Amino acid sequence: MIAERYINGAVLLGLIALPLLALTADEIFTITLTTRAVILALAAVGLNIALGIGGMVSFGHAAFFGIGGYAMGILAFHAQTFTPLDLGAVEIGGTKSMPVIWLVATLISALVAWVIGLLSLRTTGVYFIMITLAFGQMFYYFAISWGTYGGEDGLSIYVRNGFPGLNTLVPIQFFALCFTALCGALILQWRLRASAFGLALNAVRQTPQRVETVGLNPMRLKLVAFVISGAITGLAGALFADLNRFVSPTMFSWQLSGELIILIIIGGVGRLMGPVIGAAIFVALEHWLGGLTDYWHVWLGTILLLIVLFGRGGVIGLLTGKEGPHV
Amino acid sequence: MSEPILATHGLQKSFGALTATDDVSIDLMPGEIHAIIGPNGAGKSTLIAQISGSLPSDAGRVDLMGQDVTQLGTEARAKAGLGRTFQISALAMEDTVFENVLLGAVGATSGAWSMFRAVTGNRMLKERAMSALERVGLTEAGNTRCADLSHGQRRQLEVAVALTLAPKAFVMDEPMAGLGAEGSKTMTGFLDGLRAEAPILLVEHDMDAVFALADRISVLVYGRIIATGSVEDIRASREVREAYLGESA
Repeated sequence: MIAERYINGAVLLGLIALPLLALTADEIFTITLTTRAVILALAAVGLNIALGIGGMVSFGHAAFFGIGGYAMGILAFHAQTFTPLDLGAVEIGGTKSMPVIWLVATLISALVAWVIGLLSLRTTGVYFIMITLAFGQMFYYFAISWGTYGGEDGLSIYVRNGFPGLNTLVPIQFFALCFTALCGALILQWRLRASAFGLALNAVRQTPQRVETVGLNPMRLKLVAFVISGAITGLAGALFADLNRFVSPTMFSWQLSGELIILIIIGGVGRLMGPVIGAAIFVALEHWLGGLTDYWHVWLGTILLLIVLFGRGGVIGLLTGKEGPHV
Repeated sequence: MSEPILATHGLQKSFGALTATDDVSIDLMPGEIHAIIGPNGAGKSTLIAQISGSLPSDAGRVDLMGQDVTQLGTEARAKAGLGRTFQISALAMEDTVFENVLLGAVGATSGAWSMFRAVTGNRMLKERAMSALERVGLTEAGNTRCADLSHGQRRQLEVAVALTLAPKAFVMDEPMAGLGAEGSKTMTGFLDGLRAEAPILLVEHDMDAVFALADRISVLVYGRIIATGSVEDIRASREVREAYLGESA
């Protein structure tokens, strides 16, 4: 069996090496594919904080992914059409600056996560799953009917947004940005898990009544985790929209929420690199199997079924011989 | 005469037509072990839940250190000095023994820890946790996963977690449950020494332990306290023997 830290190191090295090799071989599409995997991994790292550590099975995390995407889309749309964004009392201009867009995407996602968390975290189990799903679908149907920003057809952004000192149109440079964001999120998750907050949040998942009886508020702990989780997934949404230079209501869809959960289950729930491995496998299968058959989801489903039945700790669990991060 | 550390006044709780606790008034004096006994379904666990704040009362009041804590939630009562152990161990089974007591230390010192600093690097929290483990004799098992502990060790760990809070009063729900004769004897000795630190409200079915430990015993039957007194008083009470001890008068 392999120690988890070696697996983590190998995955990160692989993620760096693959696009660099692709660059030398002039395989630009592989860089884009790896960037897609990195962004999905970032979104799943966000969900993993809520689901893996806090035990909150959110089936509505696409809401934050979509909010991040639309934050980018709307700001870039107003910048490229030179029209102000009317906020009622005040009008602001759009922007093509990635740092500003990331900040807006993260803050709005965090705010929405706070509201959704306040309303949904009073429930547990299947009720929590259903209420988060309902919120996600609410945003989905709102985006479909939002004609100003393309409605069902979505919104195209002609030129990728800019980052000071970089040419984001060069795939390897955009990859580097996304990879840095992923590393930042992974460090955040690692620090959170090792902290007193992480210890308490992990205990809330297992025995909330114990957490209460030692003088901590489980609801508050879960809410903080949910907000951080939503903010990270929102940032991933903004990057995803920039990768495709396109946003559409499908970013809010329940299928996307489900895919994020699948990524985590494939890689290993609650494991630091679980979402990264899950995203890498998902994107590789999507590309490889997708080239062989239109029904590649059937094979993905089969793999998921096998992992759930025979490898409860996901791929990392199989490699380490440990079902959970603490086993 | 000193003031009670913990007191309930007319606590009441009904579930539909069933009255689980009815006008329950008890108190816990400094240095005392006050045992609550009663048959299954008498309302003991409901009473514990009402006292610890996990179950709101329909009527009545709970005072801790002279302060009315009736409107406070479980976490606020814990912060105010109430240390509770559970009848069925409520431990984080995936975590190690040390992590479980560390959680207690984190709760006891909330505000003194950072959200991003490694909890195991906090010397004060570690010392507090290690001290509690040492007192219940679980130091050697610190790195053992909680799920791998024996039943008796889990009961000890329950008490250790409560100890990290340095509570003003303990509320213990059947700490001897499932322990063998030897384990029960060890736990009895430990609780006997603990009373000097903080008084204990003890719900327990093990009558040998109750008679060995309790300064006072209250008998709860169908949600009502039918008698309160010393071990000798309770043993001599005809009403208690008929209602609970199963003897014909």
